Amino acid sequence: MKILLMGNPNVGKSVIFSRLTGVRVIASNYPGTTVSYTRGFMKLGEEMVEVIDVPGAYTLEPTSQAEEIALQMLNTGDLVINVVDATKLERNIYLTLQLLERDIPLLVALNMWDDTKHRGIHIELDKLRVFFGVPAIPTVALTGEGIKELVENIPKATSPKTPIRSRDERWVAIGSIIDQVQFITHRHHTWSEHLADASVKPLPGGIIAVAVLAGSFMIVRFIGESLINYVFDPLFNTLWAPLLLKLSNLLGGSGFLHDTVIGRIIGGEVNFTESFGLLSSGLYVPFAMVLPYIISFYLVLGLLEDTGYLPRLAVLMDSMMHRLGLHGYAIIPTLLGFGCHVPAIMATRILESRREQFIAATLISIAVPCAALQAMIFGLVGAHGLQYVAMVYGILFVVWVILGIILNRSVRGFSPELLIEIPPYRFPPLRVVLQKLWMRTYGFLVEAIPIILGAILVINILYMLGVFNAIANFTAPVVTGFLGLPKEAVTALVIGFLRKDVALGMLAPLALTAEQLVVGSVVLAMFFPCIATFVMFLRQLGTLNMLKSAGIMLSAALITGGILNLIL
Amino acid sequence: MSNTKQTTLARMQAGQSGVVVQIWGGYGMVNRLSALGIRLGKRITKVSSMVMRGPITIQIDTAQVAIGYGMANKIIVDLDLN
Repeated sequence: MKILLMGNPNVGKSVIFSRLTGVRVIASNYPGTTVSYTRGFMKLGEEMVEVIDVPGAYTLEPTSQAEEIALQMLNTGDLVINVVDATKLERNIYLTLQLLERDIPLLVALNMWDDTKHRGIHIELDKLRVFFGVPAIPTVALTGEGIKELVENIPKATSPKTPIRSRDERWVAIGSIIDQVQFITHRHHTWSEHLADASVKPLPGGIIAVAVLAGSFMIVRFIGESLINYVFDPLFNTLWAPLLLKLSNLLGGSGFLHDTVIGRIIGGEVNFTESFGLLSSGLYVPFAMVLPYIISFYLVLGLLEDTGYLPRLAVLMDSMMHRLGLHGYAIIPTLLGFGCHVPAIMATRILESRREQFIAATLISIAVPCAALQAMIFGLVGAHGLQYVAMVYGILFVVWVILGIILNRSVRGFSPELLIEIPPYRFPPLRVVLQKLWMRTYGFLVEAIPIILGAILVINILYMLGVFNAIANFTAPVVTGFLGLPKEAVTALVIGFLRKDVALGMLAPLALTAEQLVVGSVVLAMFFPCIATFVMFLRQLGTLNMLKSAGIMLSAALITGGILNLIL
Repeated sequence: MSNTKQTTLARMQAGQSGVVVQIWGGYGMVNRLSALGIRLGKRITKVSSMVMRGPITIQIDTAQVAIGYGMANKIIVDLDLN
């Protein structure tokens, strides 16, 4: 049996899904968090049944890609749990009425039930159940209230198969249902509602946006640097380094095996950023350079997502984003891109047109450095002074704007206007925030570390075989003549296809000037996506558009690098 | 003297309320708007508008929706008199 969780965007389907199946999925406070479906299993009596978290849909007449996916999924299910935001009953039950017309057993979860009381909304449950003709259970997914009753009522789900109505007829029916079951008592604005209104007004909204973004950046940096300086660096320097030196002696101090496992010994010491052995740089880069920033970035992003601030930022940025061929909502995949490009490219599905998806994905891939690369930029470029880090960000921002304007004028098709629901501000429980942080951190550990170690192994083998030298000599005219980097820097661009953090790390032993490091970081960020992003790109855009996008990436990276070499 | 005053959502002042009486748009636009609860006969209150023809935020029942300027220009509202 296959159970589908369906409902409007941002009603808590993913939270209910986690409650039912124990499978953790990313849930946030903005419409469109789930753009692809997730499946899990739950025990129903003696039977294991499949549960699917379907992307949010306002209607079964699709108006977006997410709604198309939802409609396709509906045809494959055996039972639907329609999750409804009880505080927005009128709009939510439009989908309920459409589902009742279908030949599929249905039950309704009236989620966010606790909020109806805070908002002075009274719903007469018994009457509502009579109108629906199917079970309707109040739930509070975040605390788990009502989930047990929901599960107990799954066998009672039925399909009344009401006659099919037109859109207008459905709204008339909804009007009469709402008149009879819902009573709203007037109450004054709460302070969070005042704050909500201020966030979308030009002047206070602008001030709030600057404060939120600057504050987020400072918190990310503060937590990241603190973790490095007080936790990971001491661990590696006082505990791990002496152990490695002993092991190095055991392995004879040099040779291919030694250099692959431990790395080259530099000045009688293991140098964690330059030795490039599996146990030195192979562990130091992911754990002591990147992981601290993954933790701090996703903690702050999680807070921004769960409070519901992001859609407001979308409203503020809308006019500007239109100049780049996008609308304000594209700010959400863009911000996700500062973490990892894989979920960011996937999140471009919240944009309505193929044109917007292409522009957004290309801009993210070129001008938005992921957390792993940013951590390395802070570590390596930052060692020469923060003004150089600022330079890298400034250059990428200028590239983002210029390239966006060019793409807006040259990519065919149209970009629709912004039309989004703005959720109320919510203050997520710490447990929820930490759980999501752990999911993402764990995801980094299991997905990135094997690739990082693999990349270091490949680097050592290619060095030994002399392949890197051959490539370096072959590409020297471009890399040295055009970009002004030592010819060995090309190896970083090659390894960038595996992991950008390791790739930037390869510039560390080359003794570059600060300006050269700036050029190297910018070119590496823009040049080509890493393999994981590449696969997501192919899936999302198709081969032809991927090729187009790759062409834009390569030319933009070389042109920008060349110009920087001339002016820096 | 007419006792109602009509204007577009884009031209309404922040804080003003009224009833949607007409939507100048094709089936697709009407479909997208009605999915978000914006349809003929609905009372809405304008919360704010962004500068430079930015989006308009409205309150509709218990929800807030942001609408691009162009679309907001095609939504005709009967303003409340007070």
